[in-house]
Amino acid sequence: MKYIDEFRDGAVAQGIAANIAAAVEPQRRYSFMEFCGGHTHAISRYGLSDLLPPNVRMVHGPGCPVCVLPIGRVDLAINLALSRDVILCTYGDTLRVPASNGLSLMKAKARGGDIRMVYSTLDALQVARDNPQREVVFFAIGFETTTPPTALAIQQAQQEQLANFSVLCCHVLTPAAITQILESPEVRQWGTVPIDGFIGPAHVSTVIGSQPYEFFAEEYRKPVVIAGFEPLDVMQAILMLVRQVNEGRAEVENEFARAVTREGNLKAQDRVAEVFELRREFEWRGLGIVPYSALQIRERYAAFDAERRFDLVYASVSDNKACECGAILRGVKRPQDCKIFGTVCTPENPIGSCMVSSEGACAAHYSYGRYKDMN
Amino acid sequence: MCLALPVKVVEVGPGDAAVVDLGGVRKQISLALLDGVQVGDYVILHVGYALSRLDPEEAQKTLALFSELDQSRLAA
Repeated sequence: MKYIDEFRDGAVAQGIAANIAAAVEPQRRYSFMEFCGGHTHAISRYGLSDLLPPNVRMVHGPGCPVCVLPIGRVDLAINLALSRDVILCTYGDTLRVPASNGLSLMKAKARGGDIRMVYSTLDALQVARDNPQREVVFFAIGFETTTPPTALAIQQAQQEQLANFSVLCCHVLTPAAITQILESPEVRQWGTVPIDGFIGPAHVSTVIGSQPYEFFAEEYRKPVVIAGFEPLDVMQAILMLVRQVNEGRAEVENEFARAVTREGNLKAQDRVAEVFELRREFEWRGLGIVPYSALQIRERYAAFDAERRFDLVYASVSDNKACECGAILRGVKRPQDCKIFGTVCTPENPIGSCMVSSEGACAAHYSYGRYKDMN
Repeated sequence: MCLALPVKVVEVGPGDAAVVDLGGVRKQISLALLDGVQVGDYVILHVGYALSRLDPEEAQKTLALFSELDQSRLAA
């Protein structure tokens, strides 16, 4: 398929790998964080880490919306479905995220909750139109890619006066998470997580543009290379980061210029700004409470805010003690460092959120890399 | 979650609706987040919405970049 196949060519990948091998300085160690789960998945699926010289290490970042969704938020959604008799519409990714009392949305559905998987907010709106006598709540999660479709759905619901439709908003922001990583003691004080640069998000950047990352290059002196999600994109981005480090540069470069501009999608940004405003604080799994890192629905659309409509109160819930998702999301540990990885915690029976989505660091390593370290 | 695919637009309208083709599979999507899309354009499709248009020239430049030899390999 066009724009996919040519970015997966194995021979070309070997060529870029040779370029990387030639570019790295042998005495230097390079440590780059790929922020996005999409990149984590590509690195595992295509075995990219095996194409890199031993002194180039990739650190997985927190850019997997399912992984950073805290238990308390899933609990809110489950309670709506089980105790408030709503139809809960959700993207498929959230269905298996472990929540309190051994439940997940999938298990809540088995208990009789009316939970429906949708592909798009357009489908959630249709469910609301088809069931005027029922309350329909869309469980809105995700970074800046899924936020504009949620904004449109809320505006559409207002236009159609769909009074039975509302949104449980859990949308989070990429730049806030990158700041939190850079300000963490592991990176800033102790240096236990060295980060020499970032691979910046592909599709998030189509919406927000490359401009928001300029702050990280200027203030934190960290190079950022925005890259597509195909394997050759990731390899090229690593080469560009190596060159920046070698030359002492810290700039924002755009490897994904075929889809990302500096300004991003202004129409999408306008819709988001009309419907949402910053939340004072939001809890992330792994990163804790991060100020101004998420969005909430503006007062003028309050009628479509499920938190207001159902008087929902968020309660923080600790993760399973044995689960290392928190440390893995901060880049402090790797999936294979977790005691329950691949034994108690598997994609069929995930204990932590990183094992749920295919973009989660644990699920990616389980699917594509778990036998690698055995011999 | 943020996974999205490049798809070819084969019909535009009425309104914000469009039909795209992905390896022979046709699907109706929304162009509400993107202006000026024409039949034949490739767009990045995410949860039912086109998020951005693919620039064929930039794609070609990136592919050319992949095949360039690193300066240090040329010197060697």
